[in-house]
Amino acid sequence: MYPAPFRYHRPANLKEAILMLSTLGETAKPLAGGQTLIPILKLRMDEPTDLVDIGRLPDLRFAKNEGGWVEIGALSPHGWVARSDIAKAIPIVKDCAGGIADVQVRSRGTIGGSVSAADPNCDWPALLNTLDAEIRCAGPEGDRTIAIGDFITEAYTTALQPGELVTSIRFRTPPPGSGGAYIAYKKAAAAFPVVSVGVQMTVAAGNVCQDVRIALGGSGPKPRRAVQAEAELRGKTLNSQAWQHAADAVAAVAEPTDDVRGSSEFKRQLLRGLLLKAGDTATRRCANATIEGSHVYA
Amino acid sequence: MPDAINKVTIDVTVNGRKFRRQVEPRMLLVEFIREELGLTGTHIGCDTSYCGACTVQLDGAPVKSCTMFAVQADGCEVLTVEGLEKDGQLHPLQKSFSEHHGLQCGFCTPGMLMASHALLTDNPHPDRHAIKKAIAGNVCRCTGYQNIIKAVEAVAAGAKE
Ligand SMILES: Cc1cc2nc3c(=O)[nH]c(=O)nc-3n(C[C@H](O)[C@H](O)[C@H](O)COP(=O)(O)OP(=O)(O)OC[C@H]3O[C@@H](n4cnc5c(N)ncnc54)[C@H](O)[C@@H]3O)c2cc1C
Ligand code: FES
Ligand code: FES
Repeated sequence: MYPAPFRYHRPANLKEAILMLSTLGETAKPLAGGQTLIPILKLRMDEPTDLVDIGRLPDLRFAKNEGGWVEIGALSPHGWVARSDIAKAIPIVKDCAGGIADVQVRSRGTIGGSVSAADPNCDWPALLNTLDAEIRCAGPEGDRTIAIGDFITEAYTTALQPGELVTSIRFRTPPPGSGGAYIAYKKAAAAFPVVSVGVQMTVAAGNVCQDVRIALGGSGPKPRRAVQAEAELRGKTLNSQAWQHAADAVAAVAEPTDDVRGSSEFKRQLLRGLLLKAGDTATRRCANATIEGSHVYA
Repeated sequence: MPDAINKVTIDVTVNGRKFRRQVEPRMLLVEFIREELGLTGTHIGCDTSYCGACTVQLDGAPVKSCTMFAVQADGCEVLTVEGLEKDGQLHPLQKSFSEHHGLQCGFCTPGMLMASHALLTDNPHPDRHAIKKAIAGNVCRCTGYQNIIKAVEAVAAGAKE
C-alpha cells in the first residue's frame, strides 16, 4: 500500500519547523514517529501535500523532574519513556508507556504524536488526564500551555492551531504518600485498548483517601474524568464499600460505544473491574509497594 | 496532490554496507529494503502495522519497516535478517530456531528473529515473560509460539555472563 505522493521536508530546528508548517499551509502535516500517521496515509484516509519530519528535531526528547514539575519532551518515544528514570520513580508513567502497543511501535511512536492524534482509546491522553497534565505548544504566534482537558476538544481533534506544534507535556510531581496505577484492557499487544482506567491518589494515615483523580479512556469521544467516583473516595476510609460506590459511579459516567471491541455494557463492566484493580494497585503503591502492572490482555 | 515530487537522496547503512539511493518520499522502508536493495528476507505480512513480519532494527531498535518511510532511515543503520549470519555461519539464534522447530512455513521468522535478537542484545538473560513481551508484536500462524519461546530461551541460557 502506498500513500499518495507528498513532498518531504526535514527542518533543522523547531523554529524552522514552525515556519515551514505555517508557510506551507493546512495541507502540510508534521510527521513524528509516524505510528498513527503512516497507517492513515497508506489507507489514503488523508493526502497531505507536504510532510514536515519533526522526528529528529534536537532537544525534544527528554524527561525531567525539576522544581515540582515532571516534563516530558514531545518527541520522546513510548519505549524510551518506559525506560527513563521518570518511569522508575513514577510507576503510573511506566504502566502507560510500557504497555502501549508492542516493542516496535514503542520504538517509534512519541508522546507528542499520541496526544496530537487524540484517539479516544489511546493511552497517553487517558493517563495525562489522570495526572492533570498540561500540554506545552509552540507556534507562529508564540508559546502557550493548555490543560489536557482543553487541549483535546473531541475525538481526533485538538486545540492546536495551524503551524503549532506540541513541544512537551508536564504535570506536577506527585507528592510523597501518593501513588497511581493505569490499566488498559487490550485484545492483543498490537491493538488499541478497549477501555482504560487511571487512578492517582494520596492516602493519609488510617487508610483515608486524601486526594484522588480518576480518568477513563475509551469511554467517550475524549478521555473523561470520573468526578463522582472521586467524590465517593475523597476524605473516606478506603474500604471495599467505598470502592464499590466508586465503581458504580465510573460505570454511570462512562459512555462507551458498541463496536468491534465489544458492547457498551461489556465495556462498562470492564471499567468497573479495571477501577478496582487500578485502585488496589494505586493504594499499595501509596505505601511504597513495588508492583509491576500493565495492560490486561484478553 | 502536488504536481512535481522530487526524489530525495538518502544514505543508509544496511547490514554494515553503505548505500546511497534516490527515493520517492512515499517509499516505505520495507520496499526500499526488498525492491531497491534486493534483500527479500524481510517480509511483508499484513502491510497494516500489525503482524511484525517486516521487523528490522533501526540503530538497534526493532521497528516495523512497513510503518516507516525510507527517507526516515536516512543516516541510520539498518539490520535485516540477512545481517545476522557471519562468515556463512548462522547466528546462534537462527540455529536455535532450527533446532527447536521455532518455525514451520517461515513467513514470520525474519521478524521473530529481529525482534528476539533486539531483546537479547538489550538483555542477554530475559525470563519467559520478557521474551513473550518482546515478540508480542509478531504474529505466527503456524507454530503456536511455544517453540519460538523455547528457541530464544535456549540462546539466553547459553549466553555468557
Ligand atoms: C499496531 C499499532 C498498535 C498501537 N497500539 C496502541 C496502544 O495500545 N495504545 C496507544 O496509546 N497507542 C497505540 N498506537 C498508536 C501509537 O501510540 C502512536 O505512536 C501514537 O498514537 C502517535 O505517535 P507518533 O509519534 O507515531 O505520531 P505520528 O503518527 O507521527 O503523528 C500523529 C498525528 O499527530 C501529529 N503530530 C505528531 N507530533 C506532533 C507534535 N509534536 N505537535 C503537533 N502535531 C503532531 C501528526 O501530524 C499526525 O496528525 C498503536 C499504533 C500501531 C501502529
Ligand atoms: S507487514 Fe509490517 S507489521 Fe505486518
Ligand atoms: S512459521 Fe508460519 S507464520 Fe510463523
